[in-house]
Parts: sequence; C-alpha cells; structure tokens
Amino acid sequence: MTATTESITLDVHEMGVTEVNRALRALPDGSSATLTQIRGAHNLAVGLTNKIHITVEGSTGYYLGGLCDGPDITVNGSPGPGLGENLMSGTIRVNGNSSSAAGATAHGGLIIVSGDVSSRAAISFKGGTLAVAGDCGHMSAFMAQAGTLLIGGNAGESLGDSLYEAVVYVGGKVRSLGADARTEDLTEADVAKIRDLVEKSGFDHINPENVTKVASAKQLYNFDALKNQRY
Amino acid sequence: MCGIVGILVRDPALEGEIGQYFSTMLEEMTARGPDSAGLAIYDRGVAADATRYSLRTDNPHANWDAVKSEVEAATGASASIEINGHVAFLTTSAPVAAVHAALAASGEQIIVVGEGHAMSLIKDVGLPGDICDRYDVSKVTGYMALGHTRMATESAVTIDGAHPFSPRPDLALVHNGSFSNHATIRRQLADAGINCITENDTEVCAQYIGWRMAEGDTLEDAMRHVLKEFDGFFTLVVSTQNAFSVVRDAFACKPMVVAETDQYVAVASEYHALAGLPGIENARVFEPQPEEIHTWTV
Repeated sequence: MTATTESITLDVHEMGVTEVNRALRALPDGSSATLTQIRGAHNLAVGLTNKIHITVEGSTGYYLGGLCDGPDITVNGSPGPGLGENLMSGTIRVNGNSSSAAGATAHGGLIIVSGDVSSRAAISFKGGTLAVAGDCGHMSAFMAQAGTLLIGGNAGESLGDSLYEAVVYVGGKVRSLGADARTEDLTEADVAKIRDLVEKSGFDHINPENVTKVASAKQLYNFDALKNQRY
Repeated sequence: MCGIVGILVRDPALEGEIGQYFSTMLEEMTARGPDSAGLAIYDRGVAADATRYSLRTDNPHANWDAVKSEVEAATGASASIEINGHVAFLTTSAPVAAVHAALAASGEQIIVVGEGHAMSLIKDVGLPGDICDRYDVSKVTGYMALGHTRMATESAVTIDGAHPFSPRPDLALVHNGSFSNHATIRRQLADAGINCITENDTEVCAQYIGWRMAEGDTLEDAMRHVLKEFDGFFTLVVSTQNAFSVVRDAFACKPMVVAETDQYVAVASEYHALAGLPGIENARVFEPQPEEIHTWTV
C-alpha cells in the first residue's frame, strides 16, 4: 500500500520543535513541508529518515537537519551552529550563511551554502560533502576523515589541520594551513569532482581547473591497526 | 555555558521600549544560564554632577530609607533612593568616597554592585524570567542594556558571583566561558592592590580591565591586554557609558551573534534571543571573528 503524499505548512513558534519534528517524521515519502515562524529554533528536522522535501522559511538555531538520512531541505535564512551535523544522506541547500561547525561529522549527503560559513566547517567529516559559495572560517575541515569541502571564496586560518583522507578545494585565498595540511596539484579526478559539485550547487563562479587543493601531508597519522599485534 | 545579550539603541524612539525587548532576550537565554542573571541598564536620568549607586544587601528587611538618611547626614548632600526588589539605587552628588564611607558605616552590610552616571546594575540568583519579573525589567527604559544568564562552572551560585561585574564607574562586563589562569592573575592584581571579592574567574577579568583602564588604557587597549594575558575560553561583552565592545578568544568556541540595523546594535549568544527584535529579518547579522574587537559607540 502506498500512502498519499502530503503538502503541509508547520508554524514552529506555535507548535514547538518536538511537535514539528513529530509531524515531519509522520509524513509519507514524496511529501513536502514548509516550516514558518522559525525564530531561531534549535534542533529542527533532525533524525528524519523519510524521503520528503522541507522548506525552512527563516533563520534557525543549532543542528538543523542533523542526523538526517533521507530528506532534502531548503533553508531561506541562515542556520546556526552544527547545520546538518552527522548528516547521513540527502541535500541541504541554504540560501544564506551558516554558523560554525556546518556539516560536522557528516557521513554522507550534500550541503550547499550560498553565502559564507563560519569556523570549523566540515569538522571531523566522515564522508559528507559541503559546498560553499563564499568564505569559510578558521579551523575548517579540522580532523576531516573522508569527504569533500569546496570553498568558492577564501578560507580562514588553520585550514585542514590534522586532515585524514578528506580533501578541500578553495577558489580564493587560504589564510593559513593547519598542521599536517599541504597543497597538492589537481588531478583529472579532482577537476571532474569539482565540476560535478559546481553543477549541483550552481556556483559557476568557481573554475574547477583553478582552485587550490588541500590534503593531508600524512605525517601525523597512520591507521596501522595491527601495530600492537606485532612483536 | 552562559548566555549573553546586549542592545544599544540608535533610534531614540526605541529607548522607551528597551526593557520589553531586552527582557525577552534575557529570557531566551534561560537554557544557557538558568542559575542566575544580571543586567546593566544605561539611561540619561542622572544629573551631570550626580552618581547613582546600585546597592544590594543580604538583609531582606533592609531599611533603605534609613540608609538614605544616613548618607545625607554623613555627606551633607541630599540623596534620593529608589527601591526595586532586593536592590536599591541611591543617587546623590556627594563625593564618592564620602558616600562609600557612609554606606560602609550604615550597618546594613551593603554591597555596591555598581555606580556611575548612567548605569543601573541588578543581579540575582534564579531563573532569568523570574528575575525579569522580580525587577520589572520589561518596563525599564534607557539607551543601552547588557545582560547575562549564568550556568556556574568556576565558582558558587551566589548573587555576588552573578554577572555583570563592574570594576569602575559605568563599566559592566559579562562573560561566556572560563578562564584557566585566573588564580595567577588574581595574585598579580592583589600585588597591585586590587582585591576581588569573589572566587569567580570573570570578576578577575573585570578587575583586570578596570585596572588597565585606571592605568590609562582605552577600553579596546584593555581588551587587547585580556587577549594577551588570559588563558581560556571567552566571549566577553563590556559596556561603558558611551560604548560597548565584544571580543572572542583565539578559538572562538563560545558563540556570539551580532545584529545591526539603523535602529539598534544587538548581540546574543544565540540567534533566537534576537529573533523578536524589530526589523531583524533585514538586519546585518554576523559572528565576530576570533580575537577581533568590535566596538559600537552611543
């Protein structure tokens, strides 16, 4: 049996976050919801696994779209810290800026920000993708293990500190690199990946062949799981 | 965790409504600081030659009218007193030292939490909403207000441990974070003859700024010295009669959002504290970068 899809509008101020999230979770796949009267509320649209589309009309607080594994989210406003934290899949498109720790620990999914992102963007990435049209703040991609961070503008201090296998591309200037981060030449695979991201994000001010690639110098880490078993 | 809110009004029409906006902002920060709250309000109600003293005592039955009479008798100058909940505001043009001496002699164990030409300072323990009700914060008027909601980490939940701290006339400081070398700086201040009255780390920073400014630093210079000398996590907002300044430490882990319009400049630890301000949807909203000092003047 297939449930009928729905299209609903939810007033966050009136309903409260818990009820809004409950209503979102109950929607059948293919449904859409618009959230209004946001007033900076935290924890909106978190932990959802249904394939729905959510439009957020306004600026939010912490952890918008965190832990999600299914929905696509469009934000007409600026989310607070921890946008899409631990995202598993789906797309979050922000028409605005994002605060610190955007996409922190994301395992998958795509986050697109039309403005700037603050500090620690893509921190501890585990496979997610974050594309930013503008600038990113300090300590971005800190300890990022896997995934891609694309910055159309400039990157703040200590970019890519303690990077593992994640890769960062910067269209503008890098203020400084963090420990164990280095610039590398672009490969054809890099250019293809950036081209795909430019197409998905619509950030055509980014020239896929003219960005700075930052990756791990691999002097600080190894994943030698057997090292304690050798003698 | 603690909550910070502040607003500087640019449109005089908002001065009469500042309490209504500000009390909402403070209450929105309850989750960040439910154990105490405090606020410094700045208005133009004090005559140029007078000083207003924000007073409190642990005695709930303090006879404030008697205190006023004692100050008048001791200084020979007239005074007025306005009682609000557990605090009282004494205004007089008597010399400051003479007022302090008279208050100390009053027998009511009075603590001067702040003084100046523009500032009224209130702090108390309890939920921010209860404190707003207790002191009718929604009805206050003025051109600037700075507030704090506390979740104590470094020292006990007491009224004296609540923010703001005021180390010099018309200066109020609030802090979100924790200083790790406050004991060292407390000893250095003591050597310079400046003694803190609490075990609170923020008080050390406030006294340090007060000391730097007494030594001739501008507010911004004093903030730069804080960046150099203090170790720990901090977002600080400091207000004076004519300005307020914001600074975050090098890591900028403690949040701060600024919203600027033609009508006001407002700051808060989290955006939702600003969401009820008029015209917020068209405000310029940004986060101060690490070690950047932002100052707005009245």
